[in-house]
Amino acid sequence: MLNVIVFWVAAFAAVSAAIRVITIRNPITCVLHLIVTLIALAVIFLQLSAEFIALLQVIIYAGAIMVLFLFIVMLLNLKRDEFEPNPLRGIRVVGLLVGASLLAEFAVIFAGTDASLQPASAGFGSVESVGRAFFGDYLFAFELTSILLLAAALAVVVIAKERKLVHLEES
Amino acid sequence: MTQLPVPLENYLILAGILFVLGVVGVIVRRNAIIILMSVELMLNASNLLLLVFARIYNDIGGQAMVFFVLTVAAAEAAVGLAILVSVYRRKGSINVDGLNVLKG
Repeated sequence: MLNVIVFWVAAFAAVSAAIRVITIRNPITCVLHLIVTLIALAVIFLQLSAEFIALLQVIIYAGAIMVLFLFIVMLLNLKRDEFEPNPLRGIRVVGLLVGASLLAEFAVIFAGTDASLQPASAGFGSVESVGRAFFGDYLFAFELTSILLLAAALAVVVIAKERKLVHLEES
Repeated sequence: MTQLPVPLENYLILAGILFVLGVVGVIVRRNAIIILMSVELMLNASNLLLLVFARIYNDIGGQAMVFFVLTVAAAEAAVGLAILVSVYRRKGSINVDGLNVLKG
């Protein structure tokens, strides 16, 4: 019974905060609401016996990635009238239409889902079981992620570096 | 915990709603930072689906996949925000309607 209440509270928090993310004009408020969504999702991850992933969700997503967003929002320091200078009216109708049709499509797909729940094995979702998957079946992909992160870090340095506006031919 | 607290469909519908909100955010908003945040929302919805089905089929591979999605999301956010900073320096605005040239 308590689990059911926890699910509905977390789901309501996630969806209402997500709605605010896409409707509020101020980017900082949007980032804070997205953090609420992520933490509510972490609670739901816990219910799905994914303890390690819930931990990562709070530490990496809500902690690191969202702080990066917040940092950039504050770095750019947008004026109030630069938040959304030119809102197009027609695009909202298009967005609502696409969203409604996509939601209907999901409803049709998910209504046909017929998967029976297997009982979770002991320790499912613990750090040990996920770690065994990383260094067993998914070792190659796991090592590739380090290359991905290295490439991303290098790319960020190169892209965000202050460049002088001099072409090579002229210098 | 052998039983999910609420029926399976509720998790799927929650993931669907979050994904749709992300799509609508990408379409409707003009602020590039908020568009990136909507993409994060979609990635989280897909993470939720992966975890639900990892739990249903009792397969730890789904959780490993969520970790990889998380890594890709981190890389995507970092590179995307770096591009935004670069764009802001050049044009003084991050409104995506103003971005109409490829050459920096």
